[in-house]
Amino acid sequence: MDLSTLLPFLANVIVGGLVLGFVYAIIALGYTMVYGVLQLINFAHSEVFITGAVVGFEVFRILAPVNMNGYLKLLIALLAAMLISGLLNVVIERLAYRPLRNAPKLVPLITAIGVSLILQDVLRVIEGFQGRFDLTYTLPAGFAAKFCSAESSCAPLGNFLRQIGVDVQLKDVILVVVALVSLGVLNYLVNRTRLGKAIRAVAQDRVTAGLMGIDANRMISATFLIGGALGGISGVLFGMKFGTVNAYSGFDPGIIAFTAAVLGGIGSIPGAVLGGLTLGVIQNLIGVMNVFGGALHLANLEAIDASYQRIGAFIVLVLILIFKPTGLLGKSNVEKV
Amino acid sequence: MTAATLKKPKATGPDRTILLVLFFIVTSAFLLISHNGDLLPQLGSVGTALRNPIVEALMVSLFLANILFAYLWRAAPWAKALVGVGSLLFVLPMAGREDTSLLDLSIQIMIFAALALGLNIVVGLAGLLDLGYVAFFAVGAYTWGIVGSPRFAEILKYFGENPGGTNSGTLAIGLVLTAVTAASMVYINRLTARTAPTAATAWSFRLASVGLVAGVILTVRALLVLLAPQADGLAGGLNAGFFWLFLALSIFAAAAVGVLIGLPVLKLKGDYLAIITLGLGEVIRVLANNLDLYTGGSQGITPIKSASVPWFDAAAGALGFTEDQYYLLFLYVLVLIMIGLILTVNVRLDKSRIGRAWVAIRDDEVAAQAMGVPLMQTKLIAFATGASFAGVMGMIFAAKQQFISPESFVLNQSIAILSMVILGGMGSFPGVILGATVVTLLNLRILPGLGEATANLGIPQQVNPGQLQRLIFGAILVTMMLLRPEGLLPNRRRQLELHHDENQEDESAQGNAGALTNASGDVYSAGLAPVKEDDKAGGSR
Repeated sequence: MDLSTLLPFLANVIVGGLVLGFVYAIIALGYTMVYGVLQLINFAHSEVFITGAVVGFEVFRILAPVNMNGYLKLLIALLAAMLISGLLNVVIERLAYRPLRNAPKLVPLITAIGVSLILQDVLRVIEGFQGRFDLTYTLPAGFAAKFCSAESSCAPLGNFLRQIGVDVQLKDVILVVVALVSLGVLNYLVNRTRLGKAIRAVAQDRVTAGLMGIDANRMISATFLIGGALGGISGVLFGMKFGTVNAYSGFDPGIIAFTAAVLGGIGSIPGAVLGGLTLGVIQNLIGVMNVFGGALHLANLEAIDASYQRIGAFIVLVLILIFKPTGLLGKSNVEKV
Repeated sequence: MTAATLKKPKATGPDRTILLVLFFIVTSAFLLISHNGDLLPQLGSVGTALRNPIVEALMVSLFLANILFAYLWRAAPWAKALVGVGSLLFVLPMAGREDTSLLDLSIQIMIFAALALGLNIVVGLAGLLDLGYVAFFAVGAYTWGIVGSPRFAEILKYFGENPGGTNSGTLAIGLVLTAVTAASMVYINRLTARTAPTAATAWSFRLASVGLVAGVILTVRALLVLLAPQADGLAGGLNAGFFWLFLALSIFAAAAVGVLIGLPVLKLKGDYLAIITLGLGEVIRVLANNLDLYTGGSQGITPIKSASVPWFDAAAGALGFTEDQYYLLFLYVLVLIMIGLILTVNVRLDKSRIGRAWVAIRDDEVAAQAMGVPLMQTKLIAFATGASFAGVMGMIFAAKQQFISPESFVLNQSIAILSMVILGGMGSFPGVILGATVVTLLNLRILPGLGEATANLGIPQQVNPGQLQRLIFGAILVTMMLLRPEGLLPNRRRQLELHHDENQEDESAQGNAGALTNASGDVYSAGLAPVKEDDKAGGSR
């Protein structure tokens, strides 16, 4: 492989990594929101997000025969996933975390793990009753097509992408747009509304916020609702991106997204996004390391293939935490949810 | 397990010597009968009932409860000793002779108990949340797994074919590098102990540690190349007699990995530490999965040897064990001895200076440091101690299974071990052992037994309890945490910590009487638990 093909290849890998990174970023936001308010690693978030993916699958499956605009179907899927995941997260908080609010940290952590185990089996049973285990998304026609194929007219972005030789599917673009919109809405919600102000106050100091007349419990519920809704969105996006999900497939992306949240500085919204994008790109780069190894005749690099992807995420995490123990955007400009 | 050797709890309640002995005799009889293959068919319907997996799991649980009761109940010392020694050294092996799965289960329980005891030091005593604990278990398992199996010959063959460089030269360089860097690390450490560490010393220390790793790698590589001609002779792995050497080595290997991992990450706190240990645990698993030459990749390594002690085998033969059962019985006794040792070490450490330093760090790092506790060193000792227990048990695990693959060292195992510690009661040794027993029994016997027993009841396949193991286990975890967060057999200090609020109320009600409890409660909660927060303050307005 020479340079003229290597560069477009690299660009493809990076763009693919960014798309993946947006999925991680939205999952990571779910972790970071909850962490910012309760200082709790919500291990159950990976299942909340897979619940969203399952709901999205069901909506797409039910709507598949209906003659309807593909974007409308996506919207319905997203809303349904947001609603169900959000409510699920609120219920989990109410039943499993609230009674343990004042217990030492490890106790709710174990509860979270327990809840995540319960949800995995519940999801599997629900889908199992219909004889399904691996859920393969049936996306509306056209979503899998190339973004700006030669026949259709193209926006400047499409032209630019084609010039640098990057292949992007329409669903990738939709995915990024949805992610950006939800980021924008979240940012507005947290930084510009009364609700957001109250949540931030509770995150900073629950007792004082209570004295100021903020109902801490309601704000925590609201945080879980928003976090769960984000989980729902990310679940649908994850299903769109990878095509197949099952009850247990939340674990891997969940861990990586949590790593992303820590990498960016947990509790910080821009940090989570930055961490997610970084990890997405790094993961994709490591996945093709052997190609570069082959091109550059480096035998050691050739041995590094896709199975090392997860290690890459963690090694980056270790390095960054050693040199900047609060994560990329932590502490100095801390913006707790 | 060897609860009888523990310090007796404060005598409370009535004397139950007779009850204990009766219970022991009845459950032992049931266990012996229900695992006797010859006797069961003659018992007709009773025999069939006894063979029911759920009944069987119940039998085993009740039998193991003996030992717990011997610890908990007030009884004459001879009765306690009888129950402890009798059940562990006599009844269990005898029942295991008929049904080796029972021996297997006991070994498994004790391995997990030892792991939980190790993790208890890290999490329960020192307060360092380690989610990658199973990595150390893997280190121990692979240490023996590689040399005690045909894998070793293949590695030697590979290095015989790819020697690279001159070997005695490489060996010399490696040895010198190792020695020099290790010496300089020790020197820098001494220096910084006397004077304040500067950026220069910190960096030279890091540099030296990199050099040390490089030196060790060079040395090992050269040794492998030099050993290569012996590859054919070692086709079956090292002589089983080396088991004992490696038992010692695996302690150091795991402890060294613990220190290596600990050095960079122990500066971090709380959840950062949790996620980074989780990550490093995954790194070790992925490496095991990918370094095909050394670990056989996802295929794993098999067969792995176990040591054989001739006189022990002769004794086992005299007791009626068949030849293929020798190694299980041997491992059973070995694990029993190991866990006794580990428990002793634990109890002594807990009462030592180090143990108090761990608890001090757990409760309040800053205060501990201000009181002169060397933070890094104390944390590293905790990490390395916990790791070394896991290393030994990993090696025994490899010898028992005769097969290891990365599948045995997944994150879920770390979480299972953590849940043992927390279910049993963090910081309490008998509690941790109980937690390990309960979780292992649940996972290996009760939940699968439940599935088997209900297979023909007409329950749809999807909601068969055997299929819902995660759900049931998760529900148990959540319920336990909600109802009894301090664990089954709580540590006294921890109980105070968790019931901090009530203690405070007690105090206000009783005037001065609870002052002592309250004062200590305050100190304990500073590190792990957040300061008391009253959520209702906001809610009611």
